[in-house]
Amino acid sequence: MTLGPAAKIRVILPPHLRTLARAGRELTIEIPGEVTIRSVLDALEASYPMLTGTIRDHVTHQRRPFLRFFACEEDLSHESPDVPLPEAVVSGKEPLLILGAIAGG
Amino acid sequence: MSNVRVLVGTRKGAFILSSDGNREKWDVSGPHFAGWEIYHMKGSSKNPNRIYASQTSGWFGQIIQRSDDGGKTWIQPGTPPGEPTTGPGGMPKGESNKFVYDTSAETGAPLTTHQFYDGTQHPWDFKRVWHLEPSLTEADTVYAGVEDAAIFRSKDGGKSWQELSGLRGHGTGPKWQPGAGGMCLHTLILDPSNPQRIYIAISAAGAFRTDDGGKTWKPINKGLYSQYIPNPTAEVGHCVHHIAMNGKRPNVLFMQKHWDVMRSDDAGENWKEVSGNLPTDFGFVIDVHAHEPETIYVVPIKSDGEHYVHEGKLRVYRSHTGGNEWEALTKGLPQSNCYVNVLRDSMAVDSLDKCGIYFGTTGGQVYCSNDAGDNWAPVVRDLPAVLSVEVQTLS
Repeated sequence: MTLGPAAKIRVILPPHLRTLARAGRELTIEIPGEVTIRSVLDALEASYPMLTGTIRDHVTHQRRPFLRFFACEEDLSHESPDVPLPEAVVSGKEPLLILGAIAGG
Repeated sequence: MSNVRVLVGTRKGAFILSSDGNREKWDVSGPHFAGWEIYHMKGSSKNPNRIYASQTSGWFGQIIQRSDDGGKTWIQPGTPPGEPTTGPGGMPKGESNKFVYDTSAETGAPLTTHQFYDGTQHPWDFKRVWHLEPSLTEADTVYAGVEDAAIFRSKDGGKSWQELSGLRGHGTGPKWQPGAGGMCLHTLILDPSNPQRIYIAISAAGAFRTDDGGKTWKPINKGLYSQYIPNPTAEVGHCVHHIAMNGKRPNVLFMQKHWDVMRSDDAGENWKEVSGNLPTDFGFVIDVHAHEPETIYVVPIKSDGEHYVHEGKLRVYRSHTGGNEWEALTKGLPQSNCYVNVLRDSMAVDSLDKCGIYFGTTGGQVYCSNDAGDNWAPVVRDLPAVLSVEVQTLS
């Protein structure tokens, strides 16, 4: 099987993680295979290892409870991490948003 | 002339306060790690420019930071700037933030449960690092006390962490329970006269001691009396808030328990109450004068239901007799309409002569006394709520 060109996925991080990663609001991550939450987070952590453990657990890879995943105005937080992301994310038209829950005050 | 560097962890970042030996004029740097909770920072006595920091967030988890230049710049130890971001085999770094309970057959202990607030059993779950204690002999070795309660050690400057699982596997874990702040290992004291001996304290399990470098642990709670547990004199279950030691006399320990100020003269084997004439013996901090091992300090808090100072007055109490007889220290501290708390890791002493005493409040003030408590002055008044204060005496 011949893989096509790597998809360039746009990822928007919450502000504290941008500081930690020393990155801007939006990152672009290249995914050579299927584009899922898991493959995006694997690639994100490989490029920005300081983010390991901040979005999902180091070992179980469970999403941290106060973080949510959104794309194309849909909440993907409770989808399986292996479900393919929407075509608009794969094509780069829409970003994957990683958001911190609005809690505090 | 000596200098001092005060490391302040707050709810919204870290601050570093620097002064010469007079301790009257201060430079303030920060916030470092702005917006994050900094539970604790502490410098290595072997290499004072090395400082470890626990940066944590309910959203994003635990980050370990390290400075090798006295707090001017910081790195995550597993991912130094300029180095490849992946290790051999392409595995991502980031191990410095990874605290995984050791359940291996070789060195670990099974992951059991502990009591939850409602008395049911609850699985052990890592949340954050409360306290970082650098080794007294090796700058690359540092211990971490964590929530849910356990002790970890790094031998590579914080790049990776291994649990000393004998504590969590002690067997009494199902009787441990969280205090109001969580089930945290918050106090970690290394015995300068015996590298195999470590003291720790957990809310609410009590105090423990190892004499074999962390392999096995013994509860040391004999003499504690806690009305809020079914058996007030139980082996474990006591809400110990903090323990302090003067390293020159390592067998003598002082404890601020939930209620009661206690002392032990035999390395924790037995405790006796020394609350004496304190207006209330509830509190969090306790510390010992650097040069006078019988001079100790506490900040009485009104009660377990009202976590602020008694009678609206911020008073440090000092005993020159190792407890029982206490005097209020008030000069320079607010004596009306003050309702702050002083959390358990928020008092420290320097080793200058005269001994400097420092503490931080939940109101964001950090106070310093440059004369062992007789007079006080604020170093800063308006920081975020202070979670921890440590001081380094630099020559």
